[in-house]
Amino acid sequence: MPIKSYLAHPHEGKKSELVQALTSISSCEVIPAENNDLLIVITETTNNTEDNILKEKIEAIESLKLLAMVSGFDTPIK
Amino acid sequence: MYTSLTNRREFLKKMAIMSAMTAAATMFPGILFAEEQEKNLPKGGNLDWKKAPCRFCGVGCGVLVGIDNGKAVAVKGDPKSPVNKGLCCVKGYHSVMSIYGKDRLTKPLVKKNGKFVETSMKEALDLIASKMKETISDYGKDAVSIYGSGQWTIPDGYVASKLFKGCIGTNNVEANARLCMASAVTGFMTSFGIDEPMGCYEDIDHADVFVLWGNNMAEMHPVLFSRLLDQRLKRGVKIIDFATRTTRTSMAADKSIIFQPQTDLAVANAICYEIINNGWVNKAFVEKHCNFKKGLTNMGYGLEDKYNFNDKPEGITFEDFKTFLQDYTPEKVEKVSGVSAKDIKYMASYYGDPNKKVMSLWCMGMNQHTRGTWINNLVYNIHLLTGKISEPGNSPFSLTGQPSACGTVREVGTLTHKLPHGVVTNKEHREFAAKIWDVPAENIPAKPSYHTVEMFRALDRGDIRFMWIQVTNPMVTMPKLKRYRDACEKEGRFIVVSDIYPTPTTDIADVILPSAMWIEREGMYGNSERRTQYFEQMIQPSGEAMSDTWQIVEVAKRLGYEKQFYYNEATHIEEIYNEYRRHHEGNKHAMAPLEVLKAEPGAQWPYVNGKSTKWRFNAEYDPACSNGEQFHFYGNKDGKAVIWQRPYEPAPETPDDDYPFWLCTGRVVEHWHTGSMTRRIPVLHKAMPHAYVELNPEQAKEMQIRTGDQVKLTTRRGEIILPASVNERGVPERNQVFVPFFDENMLINDVTLDAFCPISKQPDYKKCAVKIEKV
Repeated sequence: MPIKSYLAHPHEGKKSELVQALTSISSCEVIPAENNDLLIVITETTNNTEDNILKEKIEAIESLKLLAMVSGFDTPIK
Repeated sequence: MYTSLTNRREFLKKMAIMSAMTAAATMFPGILFAEEQEKNLPKGGNLDWKKAPCRFCGVGCGVLVGIDNGKAVAVKGDPKSPVNKGLCCVKGYHSVMSIYGKDRLTKPLVKKNGKFVETSMKEALDLIASKMKETISDYGKDAVSIYGSGQWTIPDGYVASKLFKGCIGTNNVEANARLCMASAVTGFMTSFGIDEPMGCYEDIDHADVFVLWGNNMAEMHPVLFSRLLDQRLKRGVKIIDFATRTTRTSMAADKSIIFQPQTDLAVANAICYEIINNGWVNKAFVEKHCNFKKGLTNMGYGLEDKYNFNDKPEGITFEDFKTFLQDYTPEKVEKVSGVSAKDIKYMASYYGDPNKKVMSLWCMGMNQHTRGTWINNLVYNIHLLTGKISEPGNSPFSLTGQPSACGTVREVGTLTHKLPHGVVTNKEHREFAAKIWDVPAENIPAKPSYHTVEMFRALDRGDIRFMWIQVTNPMVTMPKLKRYRDACEKEGRFIVVSDIYPTPTTDIADVILPSAMWIEREGMYGNSERRTQYFEQMIQPSGEAMSDTWQIVEVAKRLGYEKQFYYNEATHIEEIYNEYRRHHEGNKHAMAPLEVLKAEPGAQWPYVNGKSTKWRFNAEYDPACSNGEQFHFYGNKDGKAVIWQRPYEPAPETPDDDYPFWLCTGRVVEHWHTGSMTRRIPVLHKAMPHAYVELNPEQAKEMQIRTGDQVKLTTRRGEIILPASVNERGVPERNQVFVPFFDENMLINDVTLDAFCPISKQPDYKKCAVKIEKV
């Protein structure tokens, strides 16, 4: 039952487009920063397979420049 | 952020949001998600927000804790706090979760036939008191001891010192702050004659350049580091990371300069050489406000039991100092330090530029050092030579790691040689303390007994038979740990441990007392910038848990000290604080009244005429200055600061053919101290579930080691196996490895060395020799 949070950086001038694309995905919750080109994305899926598919789907959004996972950080232990 | 504990999934989700917000705030200081924060508050809920200093590190962020139906359910940064201005780090945001771990200690436990059995608090306290009496009767008063920490609240440490030093009459009082900032104390005392930073966090808003001396601020002091980044965005300040390993701080800095372990001593001297050689000395300041001295050298490293050292300071001239520095030209120092002469000159040029304000920041890198006092002195030398001290933005600033390392250990004086005001070796100071404590002055021994490492050695030898450990976890943190763990388990030793969770230290206890944690009781912490902060009791303690303060008061009464421990249970914190304030009366160290602490987000001592003091030793800000000059270093009788001649000397154990790597230990952003609290916060534990050994990527490739591979580390003390980490969070230099110490299942301190600074007695956890093998 993974719950993950990410920081999503849009391409220049594409913040609204990215918000729209992400909010259309049912297992995503989006919190845009008020004063920066940055979005918080929270994903909630039922298993790892679904989680991986969702991540691929997000990464395929054209207005997305960079997606960085936060909840879980970059722990060195795999 | 509202977090309903009845809905774990919803709670985790909110924690995930908080983590992301924290990360975003670190990257983009001032970033706003305000609407989201409001949205998360419960509709029509009864959240009552109460202020407190954060439970974790020494920065002392002000937090607001949301209380709902008697439970702490949320935390947010206090926008009124000048420390963090509403920000929080990932640990702070999650701090209330550490109260509700499922294995909280809720009942006293006594070890019987090798097993812990529950008992009542009354019986446990009776047993402790009777064991103390028995031990004193059989072995003398110096056979009992107490070992606390910078997590002790001010009242905790105060009653501990009063009971042991004033009433029982032993100086066997130590705290684990000895392991993290004793060198900072001796650095201040030898250079200025009085402890703690002269500046404050507001220096960050004025400085043009920040030099971080072996200090991974991005992970260890993330809120303050975000303030540095904020200033870079606003004013274009420069951040120089001077370290032995590449970290998140190095990556965020404008310049990363790597030095070979221990050679910071040589580089600091080379900077002084450059300052003098280029005519950058502030001659008027130095002539008016500084003396030059040298001390003994080749002091040893304290590796043997009962090691003793007393420095013999001797006055020297500026010309003597200048001659001494001839051995530290940038070109000569380049050879020993690995830092190019160009980079040494680069750093020196900022310190030397009269138009640049410079803040030096450090923490464990300089303090956990076998020449820790010296390196503290040397950084002060740089600031004193250039006159860049005690004014906004010009600030040598020693950070701390524990919430009340300054407030309790340094100010209350919970170290063997200290008293709340002054030192045990001074007759007047003993008499002053004894009068307030209502005990005969003869009760307080004139000689310090054991510093931390020696205290555990004394336990091993049998000189100490009883030890009460409160709010700390020495069975994870002591260097050369196996010796001291075996010592605790020897026959004829009686160990009491007060804590909130089971730890490797409770494992070796004879009695475990469940402690009330943080906002389950009332108290005060003192942070790194001399700020004392109050917190009220917000929730009921878990089970039969009792505050560490009241545990000591109860035992003191059982030992027959009812007169000295006259406090009323309902009002004891106020009574104790008011008594404590008497020790610090006067312009140099006056503490703010309790009502001020209750109303404000803390107050900075000296608190005089209703005002905090931001910059000490500067007559414009500090009411204690009385020499009629702009600066007055009144800690020393002659009113002057000392510039010390301190050489570079090597570490006690350096890599060789058998043990060819340096081993450095330290911390990670997710976990605080030994992880006994943060590892019980699911989101943090999941983020960093266990320790690892960080290797140089090039060397790991040569050794065919990849991330996750098992690696054996062997030192002269033993061996340990850890999973490898390559090219991830930090990047060590060739022939160096790094291991975090938070993981009780991978005790890196089993293999570290118990060498210490002969002046501060603080161990060096950053340097010993190790062999690395892929398993």
